[in-house]
Amino acid sequence: MSQTHIERMSDLPAARLLAPGTAMCAGCGGLAALHQVCDVLGTRTVIVNAAGCLTLLAVYPHSPFRGSWLYTAMASAPAGAQGVRDALDVLRAKRGLPAEEDLSAVVLTGDGAAYGMGLSATSAAIERGLDFLYLCYDNEGYGNTGQQTSDATPHAARTATHGGRRGYPGLKKDLFAIWTAHRPAYAATAINSEPLDLARKVEAAAALKGPRLILALAPCPTGWGFEPAELVNVGHLAVRSGVWPLKEYRDGRVVHTRVPRPRLPVDAYLRAQRRYAHLFAPERDDAVIAEIQAGVDTYWSTVG
Amino acid sequence: MTRELMTGNAAAAWGARLADVDYVPAFPITPQTEIIELLAAWCDTGVMNARVTMLESEHSMITAAAAAAATGARVFTATSSQGLLYAMEMLYATPGWRVPFVVVNVSRALATPITLEPDHNDILGTRDSGCLQIHCATCQEVADSIIIAHRLAEDPQVRLPVLVNMDGFYLSFTREPVMLPEADAVRQFLPAYSALGAQFRSSAPQSQAAAVLSSSQYSYFRYQAHLASMQALPLYDGVAAEYERRFGRYHAAVDAYRCDDAEIVFFMIGSFATKARAAVDALRAAGHRIGLVRPRLIRPYPAAAIRALLAGKRGVAVVDQNLSFGMGGVLHAELAAALYGTSHTPLLVSFVGGLGGRDIAPEEFYEMAAITRKAADAGVVPEPRLLYTGEELRDMRASQTIAAAGKPAA
Repeated sequence: MSQTHIERMSDLPAARLLAPGTAMCAGCGGLAALHQVCDVLGTRTVIVNAAGCLTLLAVYPHSPFRGSWLYTAMASAPAGAQGVRDALDVLRAKRGLPAEEDLSAVVLTGDGAAYGMGLSATSAAIERGLDFLYLCYDNEGYGNTGQQTSDATPHAARTATHGGRRGYPGLKKDLFAIWTAHRPAYAATAINSEPLDLARKVEAAAALKGPRLILALAPCPTGWGFEPAELVNVGHLAVRSGVWPLKEYRDGRVVHTRVPRPRLPVDAYLRAQRRYAHLFAPERDDAVIAEIQAGVDTYWSTVG
Repeated sequence: MTRELMTGNAAAAWGARLADVDYVPAFPITPQTEIIELLAAWCDTGVMNARVTMLESEHSMITAAAAAAATGARVFTATSSQGLLYAMEMLYATPGWRVPFVVVNVSRALATPITLEPDHNDILGTRDSGCLQIHCATCQEVADSIIIAHRLAEDPQVRLPVLVNMDGFYLSFTREPVMLPEADAVRQFLPAYSALGAQFRSSAPQSQAAAVLSSSQYSYFRYQAHLASMQALPLYDGVAAEYERRFGRYHAAVDAYRCDDAEIVFFMIGSFATKARAAVDALRAAGHRIGLVRPRLIRPYPAAAIRALLAGKRGVAVVDQNLSFGMGGVLHAELAAALYGTSHTPLLVSFVGGLGGRDIAPEEFYEMAAITRKAADAGVVPEPRLLYTGEELRDMRASQTIAAAGKPAA
């Protein structure tokens, strides 16, 4: 990892450690976040991957990573990281593996695994105090299979399995709160459109030991319905409307790293995505928009 | 070296300890728990130099096992029954990683209804996973087979996980005399594990278990793993022979008992085969030419050895301690496939019994032998038999009466 402390945009690493030319969709917010994460983390990593969009980064015989890669399954990537970490520890203690051959275990997972199928394995890994970084790219649906509803899908968003007038009737699960309830070493939300904020969080996480979460909202052109060129704009709207709060947890305290003032109405964020188009046409659904706005307002009123 | 009394579970733990494993990811399930408790206690007190990590499920346990093996550690773990099934996705996935590790399965019948005593539906559910399978009949075999399994799994031409199976209760909780090999001698037989460069290191990054988008590449890797498994057959014979040279005990891929001049043979796996062995002795004493063929390897399938042992026999009573609903006994179907097209093929008679730990009595073995002999005389294959006595049925009817008490009539 970078030795200089990241304070401003000009401190961001110039290296581009993740190779281009992958099979991801144009304008993928998950890939954009991963680029930034890799640049700060460096190459002494094993990326332990759970089934999701980014599984198709490493397709035999190519890999865009300069570090190592292990694909596991959808539910058990944290257990894969446990096996890697435990093996490195025992090999160092018992078999004389030199310290310079050591590696950091990094779980790379989408929201489908992180919020749902993989949650039990994740919870257990945190509880065991596993020394690992957990990077979730959250595109709020099962993106790889065509954006079906996942446990991360937000209220009223249309998905491939909730395509009706109301969209998804449930609420987005609060993974950050689930993580912090485990009292991990570190947890943070992030987004690719705020690269300085993201880099500082990855740098902070990399300097710590124990379970560490980077939960990156991953705006998804194909799943959410916007042009790839709008990726950064959609991300800005998510942050400035207060829909995606940027925060970090350490030493038992949550601190917001960006407090949007004034907060934009959620309208602009919702209008930018076809998954919310049913809220504006054929007629505006004031009730649901107000409901979403109220959810955001309540969040910010409780966090000060 | 002295023999000491120990359970199959203790023998399994000793096998792992003598194999000097580095890592034991674990999750408890009856009747396997004694294995991981012993290993955890030994690692705790320092008599064994390994790390035990409790996982939250068998699915995670096998993931951690394979990931640690892919990082260059020698790995052992154990499970049973529903746990084996819970791990099934990873038992199918990890042979493709081409990393060696050893899993003991303590056979226990599957739900539903849920129960505790053994049969082989759990382990045979992994039949097509790509893991090799060694089936044990005694506690001595359990200890020896774990050491043999590590050596076989780690052979550069194999590099596949190995499942070592023993029956719950009948072996797991039964003390038998076991001769443990000396640790130094085991180190000679099983040198320190080398990942042969297929490992995660800072100086040599690599990708493992990556996706393919080409059916041709997919086929290549699947064929390669199959051929590695097939290669394990002749390699097993060499490993078993070396084990015998060093330790004086020979564990053949297919164990044959009093088969040379036999006309009829029992065909079974696991600890219940020792019941068949006793029946063979009794029937021999009564003048019958009968024997027992007991495959220890089920994957890879030792077809040639089985064909050679059965060539010229008149009849084979295949006793399956498993049931594939809608098909019958798994061993019977596989044996029929292995013998198809051979000359001097014996007549096969299928029996299913011993489900959920149900005993197979000596009289039932005598009856199975008689049925098989008659079938061979007549040249007609009888319908498969599901072993169940009139007394059992009467007891079952009594239970049904109690279960139905107070319920409205249908």
